[in-house]
Amino acid sequence: MIFHAFLIKYAEIAIKGKNRYLFEDALVKQMRIALSKVEGEFKVTKEQGRVYVFCPEVYDFDEAVEALRRVFGIVEICPVVIYEDHGFDQMAEDAVNYMKNRYPDYAGSFKVYTRRAKKTYPMTSMEVSAELGGRILGAFPQACVDVHNPNLTLSVEIREKIYVYSDSIQGPGGMPIGTNGKAMLLLSGGIDSPVAGYMIAKRGVKIEAVYFHAPPYTSERAKQKVVDLAKLVARYSGPIRLHVVNFTDIQLYIYDQCPHDELTIIMRRYMMRIAEHFAKKDKCLGLITGESIGQVASQTMQSLAATNEVCTLPVYRPVIGFDKQEIVEISRKINTFDTSILPFEDCCTIFVAKHPVTKPNLNVIRGSEEKLAEKIDELMEAALNSAEIIDIE
Amino acid sequence: MMEAYFDNSATTRCYASVKEIVVKTMTEDFGNPSAMHKKGIEAENYVKESAKILAGLLKVQEKEILFTSGGTESNNLALIGGAMANKRSGRHIVTTSVEHAAVGQPMAYLEEQGFEVTYVPVDERGVVKLEALEEALRPDTILVSVMYVNNEVGSVMPVEEIGRLVHEKCPRALFHVDAIQAFGKYRIYPKKLGIDLLSVSAHKIHGPKGVGFLYIQEKAKIQPQILGGGQQNGMRSGTDNVPGISGLGAAAKEIYDKLDENVEHLYQLKERLAQGLSVLDQVMLNGMAVREGAPQILSASFLGIRSEVLLHTLEDRGIFVSAGSACSSHKRKGGGTLWAMGMAKEQKESTLRFSFSEENTFEQVDYCIEVLKEVLPMLRRYARR
Repeated sequence: MIFHAFLIKYAEIAIKGKNRYLFEDALVKQMRIALSKVEGEFKVTKEQGRVYVFCPEVYDFDEAVEALRRVFGIVEICPVVIYEDHGFDQMAEDAVNYMKNRYPDYAGSFKVYTRRAKKTYPMTSMEVSAELGGRILGAFPQACVDVHNPNLTLSVEIREKIYVYSDSIQGPGGMPIGTNGKAMLLLSGGIDSPVAGYMIAKRGVKIEAVYFHAPPYTSERAKQKVVDLAKLVARYSGPIRLHVVNFTDIQLYIYDQCPHDELTIIMRRYMMRIAEHFAKKDKCLGLITGESIGQVASQTMQSLAATNEVCTLPVYRPVIGFDKQEIVEISRKINTFDTSILPFEDCCTIFVAKHPVTKPNLNVIRGSEEKLAEKIDELMEAALNSAEIIDIE
Repeated sequence: MMEAYFDNSATTRCYASVKEIVVKTMTEDFGNPSAMHKKGIEAENYVKESAKILAGLLKVQEKEILFTSGGTESNNLALIGGAMANKRSGRHIVTTSVEHAAVGQPMAYLEEQGFEVTYVPVDERGVVKLEALEEALRPDTILVSVMYVNNEVGSVMPVEEIGRLVHEKCPRALFHVDAIQAFGKYRIYPKKLGIDLLSVSAHKIHGPKGVGFLYIQEKAKIQPQILGGGQQNGMRSGTDNVPGISGLGAAAKEIYDKLDENVEHLYQLKERLAQGLSVLDQVMLNGMAVREGAPQILSASFLGIRSEVLLHTLEDRGIFVSAGSACSSHKRKGGGTLWAMGMAKEQKESTLRFSFSEENTFEQVDYCIEVLKEVLPMLRRYARR
């Protein structure tokens, strides 16, 4: 069966008033971007409160569906067969043929749902549904009509042409990118941060990212891995601007000046400061991290408070209450897991103390940071100025 | 900045002569050797010429050379094909505890298939213990596989003695030698050494990647592992990789033409680096004495510095080496030659492998020593506490 259109359903109930247009326009835009990478010609249109994709020529159905399944805001994707309008008898014949093709020997319950967008059509929707139901029953003697709880709903839309559909493919839900501002993701090579980026992007937020590398303690391959992860997240979130910051000198300076068991906390405070710098510069409205309470020493409540303190922007931590297994499940779903587990050292683990503090005292940490006064500004500036920017499509 | 590529046991640069013949057989004489027309015969001649060169170098018959996709395939075919074809005579196999994964993994597979494998230990230099190997040989042993040169520390195995032992105690067993790091460094005569199967890879000797060969002694029984159009007498189907095979022949010819000169140069490079390292604090040389081990491989441990960190530091200075063994550097599990040699964890995790080719110079070695002198104190200062 060849489908030449898709009807796109989105969570319209949640969106009211004039915001609805913003939502729909953003959705159409993101769908166009997603489909531009698929072979074939696609026309995405918004008409009479519905969003359609038309694909009159040859195209790759599976690829198109895969692309649409990554567009946030889409709840359901319904492949549609389009017939010419040559009167009701022809429509009934087409509907029966659709059923024969799609569900040969159908023997379950069904109903017909008609929507009459072309108001000049001589029959009402109710009449069309009832009459079509009768014709289908005639062709499928084993089937029965159940208007309340059918196993199958055959939808018919009467427009300039007749649209028939009965399938629905689940979309990712969420809100279209571009409806909710922009945020800066602290992206490491691990499992959690790509998932965190995905989850915030799903709420319609555009994403930028910052990655800290520490050559020669971390390798070119570790950086490549982060670029690869950003590409995987970008399949959902759209383009990501990735800032790669050389953190080695700051890290070594902290190592020289501060107590070793505070190294990770102090390091993370500087990472947050750097991330916030780029966030503000690029007009991001928040930071995103993959932190989850208690997962490691630097993610206890006390440690989170200590790293949080240096930021003025809100820090979004979408996986904060998730168990590792729950995060892993999402990372598998969005296909980042296999890349995340590649064994390259990241800069958070290279100098990690055997027994890092788990309940850092803010006053103590601030005191330790004072020992950095001599050179830290200079090192921070060098790190900010030398950051490499990679635009991930 | 000076560049020093000291990772020639991972792979080497192709010789100009290799590039030339590869391009020629890809673009001009591109026929399929199995074709009946003259384009086919033309291509077939390249394959024959390579077989002739290789057979000449090993002093064996041309029909005993089987071209493969490289060292890994040669080892797989020798071990799995050898075991399967001879399982009626017994199900016991002997190998060492320091083989490359291209031997280790087929062995694990054969164990799953019901074969029994004995892994003979090595001494602290990485050389297989001969008495232990002798003890491991049994009447039902059908296959013995020993590498000629170890890829991680460059230890050289007593192949000739092992060959003698195998044929004395187990006359029906096949003796396989993984010579991937030895070919092009040693003159290897399988008939004299009692070797029945010998694996070689082209890209370790300045040839192309994706090609190699397995010497199969005429009377050795091997079950083919790749079935199809019956090329190479049905032993290994698939259209002959003419460019690769020609490149392999050209590389082998060139490397053996100047073998003695090359080997001496390699030993001098190795000696110079070993000397430079021996005056540094907390640096240990691993494996056999410099002139006893393979000419191209020097393994050293830089205590207190993780090999990965030193590797990337050297990389920044244009020096390319590998950590332990390049082939297994993606895996973080235990095992491997260093472990089998009984090396302490700290030493093992700070080991680098320097591997030379004839293209390397004394200047590069001196540069490397200078860089090490400069960076080692800095790196040690920032060790993990």
